[in-house]
Amino acid sequence: MKFLKEYRDSGLARDILAEIISISKRRVKLMEVCGTHTVAIFRHGIREILPKNISLISGPGCPVCVTPNKHIDEAIEISRRPGVVLATFGDMMKVPGSASSLEAEKAAGADIRVVYSTMEALDIASRNPEQEVVFFGIGFETTSPTIAAAVLRAEKENLPNFSIVGAQKLIPEAMRALLAGDEIGISGFICPGHVSAIIGVKPYEFIAREFGIPAVVTGFEPVDILQGIYMLVKQIEEGAAKVEVQYNRGVPPEGNPHATAILYQVFEVTDALWRGIGTIPGTGLKLREEYSRYNAVTKFGIEITGEREHPGCKCGEVLKGMITPLECGLYSKACRPEHPVGPCMVSVEGTCAAYYKYGKRSD
Amino acid sequence: MADNRILLAHGSGGKLSHELVKEFFLPVFDNPILNRLDDRAEVEVAGVKLAYTTDSFVVNPLFFEGGDIGKLAVCGTVNDLAMGGAEPLFLSVGFIIEEGFSLDMLRDIVTSMKKTADEAGVKIVCGDTKVVEKGSADQIFINTSGIGAVPEGVCISGDLAKPGDKVIINGFIGDHGIAVMAKRQGLSFKDRIASDCAPLNGLVKKMMEVSKDIHVLRDPTRGGVATTLNEIAAQSSVGIVLNESALPVREEVQAACEILGFDPLYVANEGKLLALVPAEIADRVVDAMKHHPYGREAAIIGEITADHPGKVVLATGIGGRRIVDMLVGEQLPRIC
Amino acid sequence: MCLAVPTKIISIDDNIAQVEFGGVLRTVSLDLVPEAKIDDYVLVHAGFAIQIVDEEEALKTLEMFREIIEHEVS
Repeated sequence: MKFLKEYRDSGLARDILAEIISISKRRVKLMEVCGTHTVAIFRHGIREILPKNISLISGPGCPVCVTPNKHIDEAIEISRRPGVVLATFGDMMKVPGSASSLEAEKAAGADIRVVYSTMEALDIASRNPEQEVVFFGIGFETTSPTIAAAVLRAEKENLPNFSIVGAQKLIPEAMRALLAGDEIGISGFICPGHVSAIIGVKPYEFIAREFGIPAVVTGFEPVDILQGIYMLVKQIEEGAAKVEVQYNRGVPPEGNPHATAILYQVFEVTDALWRGIGTIPGTGLKLREEYSRYNAVTKFGIEITGEREHPGCKCGEVLKGMITPLECGLYSKACRPEHPVGPCMVSVEGTCAAYYKYGKRSD
Repeated sequence: MADNRILLAHGSGGKLSHELVKEFFLPVFDNPILNRLDDRAEVEVAGVKLAYTTDSFVVNPLFFEGGDIGKLAVCGTVNDLAMGGAEPLFLSVGFIIEEGFSLDMLRDIVTSMKKTADEAGVKIVCGDTKVVEKGSADQIFINTSGIGAVPEGVCISGDLAKPGDKVIINGFIGDHGIAVMAKRQGLSFKDRIASDCAPLNGLVKKMMEVSKDIHVLRDPTRGGVATTLNEIAAQSSVGIVLNESALPVREEVQAACEILGFDPLYVANEGKLLALVPAEIADRVVDAMKHHPYGREAAIIGEITADHPGKVVLATGIGGRRIVDMLVGEQLPRIC
Repeated sequence: MCLAVPTKIISIDDNIAQVEFGGVLRTVSLDLVPEAKIDDYVLVHAGFAIQIVDEEEALKTLEMFREIIEHEVS
């Protein structure tokens, strides 16, 4: 398997680890922003092999986790309308909204389908013209261009029965918000690989320039992650603060301009509500006026009021890296993967789910 | 059962299934034989030790690479008996068929059942058929139950694992789940990936010829190797350490897992067994397995420890360690 | 969840590509990387190719690994 085996080489991993240990003097807190990194770090046991002075903190990069109940309630409300097929990514099924979840609605009879791609949702729409097919779209800059491309296809293929509940988010401005209110002392960022494959490196430059903190765009294999950590530690030890790219094979400096063009042809930037964090300016996407007919929420006249979060749920603090799941009173007690209270326990890449799956039940 | 309804995950073989059994069925049916929670019950009738089990099959699609629902229905029950060291003898079969189902397909399924039963050396001796209205069932569901004889001196159970035991698997993991899943997810393979579905009583017999001192046998079906080993760790109050680089996984299965976001440790098998045996006989057992068609790629993949009782730990390829928990929720719906 | 593995384009038909990884075949949309061609390795996300893998950069990354290690040895 090309581009894979060499990045999982145990000898190479150990060599890089030895090098990290030899140069690392200071106590550092590195935040991995992306949920896929969180899972890879746990899956390969990377936290355990790092020296004690290097802590890895999981950030807000799980799209399921940061989706507030408002959008989940919207999707549930739409799925209850007759003639509607609601399509979404698998992880959204179990996330509890204010009073129900898509999984429970499906068990109660709603037509909810798990898809791997927006194209599958489009396919359902074109094969079932008498039904309204609604795609519940979550995700970051990696996923949003695929949703935009699907909207363009729906327009081209004239599928008036396709629409979306858009709950996508943008990463760099969220990192700025995190740094502006930083209560944990982040010393470096492991930047997401595939968000960067779309947006390139420029959007991260403010991190080094304005906050004096290094950032390294990193791949997802164990050798990638260890090398990314090495590059961050090296910068910190040398007193440098630059944006570097470890994941060169997938991230050209300019990203994918064609994909960003499609993204911003269909969507425009707006403010977004993040679960547990609140509204962050410039981190949301909404359909541009000329595509507003694909907005399922207005199409079905949905108005959600009285959405509520579970009172004890500390997903917001977990998402900001302020606490680990172990410091939440619900974790592994009332909130477990089989009965999740908060979304961080639902998504496979949620911090709480990763902690639980990989056996961190107490300190 | 917070929302008072059965969810798909209650049937996945993972945590919710266990909850359903423990909190819902056991308190009602409560008796010492059932309470052991092995894959089969062992009962003594007129001085003869018998093994007794049942299993239902709802796989979609009905026909897949390497097997079909009929073959699965025979293998599943035969294997549940064989995992107690029992010699499978007789099966019953119950069909629940949806109105309008093709007779040609039914014939193919029944023929496949007969062929598999012959290979396993069991007879299908009684049965039942029900037909339900269109829409009340998805094509066809099959239940089989089976009876086997437990030979003298055989004592195999999920609670008998001992520190120092080696964990043996009889070949590549995840083939069945991926063969079935691929068809549903629009994945195809350059080379054919077939389900490993097979009756394992012949292989078990070969293993017991080496030694009857096999502590635990279990077939890692739904929930995969990870879930089965967690069950054993809990039942025996021992820890299990798995060696990631020793796990036999086909390149295509590994690749499909990467693509679908699955972990091969949680993917279902239908022709695999996990054997926990004392270290001193492990190599000879593996050797004997390698001489059987269903054990060619047999390997030692881990060992039992007195540390961390109830937990399964994986030593990762890059030198880290992590806990391997049971399957939670639904990784692969309806594949057995 | 990001799919970390690069897949190789085997064939292209009307902006839909057949891609291969480790013997597994699937179809993906090339709407986001229209310049991709047969034999290119692409990163795939949610049914779309999102980036072409740069083989030269991949080699350079591995080279960087080696330098780190040699530095350690010396």
